[in-house]
Amino acid sequence: MMRDLYDHMKTRYRLGDLTEQRANLAFVDVAQDELRALLVELRDVHGFTHLVLLTAVDWIEEGRFQLTYMVNNRTANLTLGLRVYLDRKSPVGNTIHDLWPTAATYQRELREMFGISFPGSPRVDEEFILEGWTDMPPYRRDFDTLAYSQQTYAERGGRETHDPRDHMQKKLYPEGRP
Amino acid sequence: MKDVDKSFRKDTETEIPLREELQPRTVTAPDGQKIEIDPLQDYFCQEPPKVHKQSYLKIVEDFYNWARANSLWILGFGTGCGAIEMRPLMTPRFDAYRYGIQWRPTPRQANLLVISGYLSVKTLKRAIRAYEQMPSPKYVMGLGSCTINGGMYWDSYNTIKKLDEYLPVDLYIAGCMPRPEALLAGFMELKKKIRKGEGEGANKYAENFDWYKANQKSVIKDWDMPDYNW
Repeated sequence: MMRDLYDHMKTRYRLGDLTEQRANLAFVDVAQDELRALLVELRDVHGFTHLVLLTAVDWIEEGRFQLTYMVNNRTANLTLGLRVYLDRKSPVGNTIHDLWPTAATYQRELREMFGISFPGSPRVDEEFILEGWTDMPPYRRDFDTLAYSQQTYAERGGRETHDPRDHMQKKLYPEGRP
Repeated sequence: MKDVDKSFRKDTETEIPLREELQPRTVTAPDGQKIEIDPLQDYFCQEPPKVHKQSYLKIVEDFYNWARANSLWILGFGTGCGAIEMRPLMTPRFDAYRYGIQWRPTPRQANLLVISGYLSVKTLKRAIRAYEQMPSPKYVMGLGSCTINGGMYWDSYNTIKKLDEYLPVDLYIAGCMPRPEALLAGFMELKKKIRKGEGEGANKYAENFDWYKANQKSVIKDWDMPDYNW
């Protein structure tokens, strides 16, 4: 079912390989300029009427963000994830709030948490969850949340953590590893 | 800590501009008169809190404390996951009402603020406003390990780790989350403290007002309210 759809779409769109997680769940890489056309066709022709989620992954080593648009066909019980890659230095996504109004909320969150801008999305530049945030977007992987919290919030002494591996090594080999 | 990036420095320079409706401005009245308005100065009372003096007789003060201990009104303000423990507590399953402890919907009618779990910076701002609006004598209870030392949010970018830096805490209840029974025990303990005359949180807050304000402002970057919101 998913494979048929993929073969059908492959003739007209530049698609990457199909990753089939389950019989009814698959992911595919798409080009950013074709995303909108693809989403419209999936929604209006193939019955993928529900936007399950829109989320981002920070591939810092590859210098890019991955946006995942997950759409669902309720009658056929199929879920398809479309993956789009954005340049990490100046991430600009295409807004789809006119296709699914809920996308505006996701895009606002991505703007605040990853710094991905979505020009044209309603209220996208307003504060969403954080108030008065001045640092870099906190979900980016180069944002060190532990260092930030140590530099910002007062700590109570006496809190210790024990790495189980170090603890057992010390216990079993007190003089160092044999 | 091993897994912390030594080179990471947080941004301390960027300032948040004051919200537009709070900026000082000149308003022209219908008769042409010009009026200077500074909303934070004019719309709110800036008077800092005062220390409430003890009664001149110990027996009178003891009587007051007995009365205070038996009149606990909790502000119905749930800050974290601990708020879920308050629901069975105020309903027949655990029935806190039999101890004379009741919940009120507004800070003006409450004198016990239960910080029920983790406190994000955004909620801290609301908790401070709620605390300052409560009439004295008032008490604060910290619930769960999040308020004590951060708990599982020890490395969170947006959650405070030590509540007594920002509000005067009378009592902590350990646990993650504490069960309603632990809360009941905590209420009993708080009553004992108040009867002994140790529930002096509001006075402590008034005495160390500048210290508390400095701590609060070091965390809340967009401070868009008066220094004391009663």
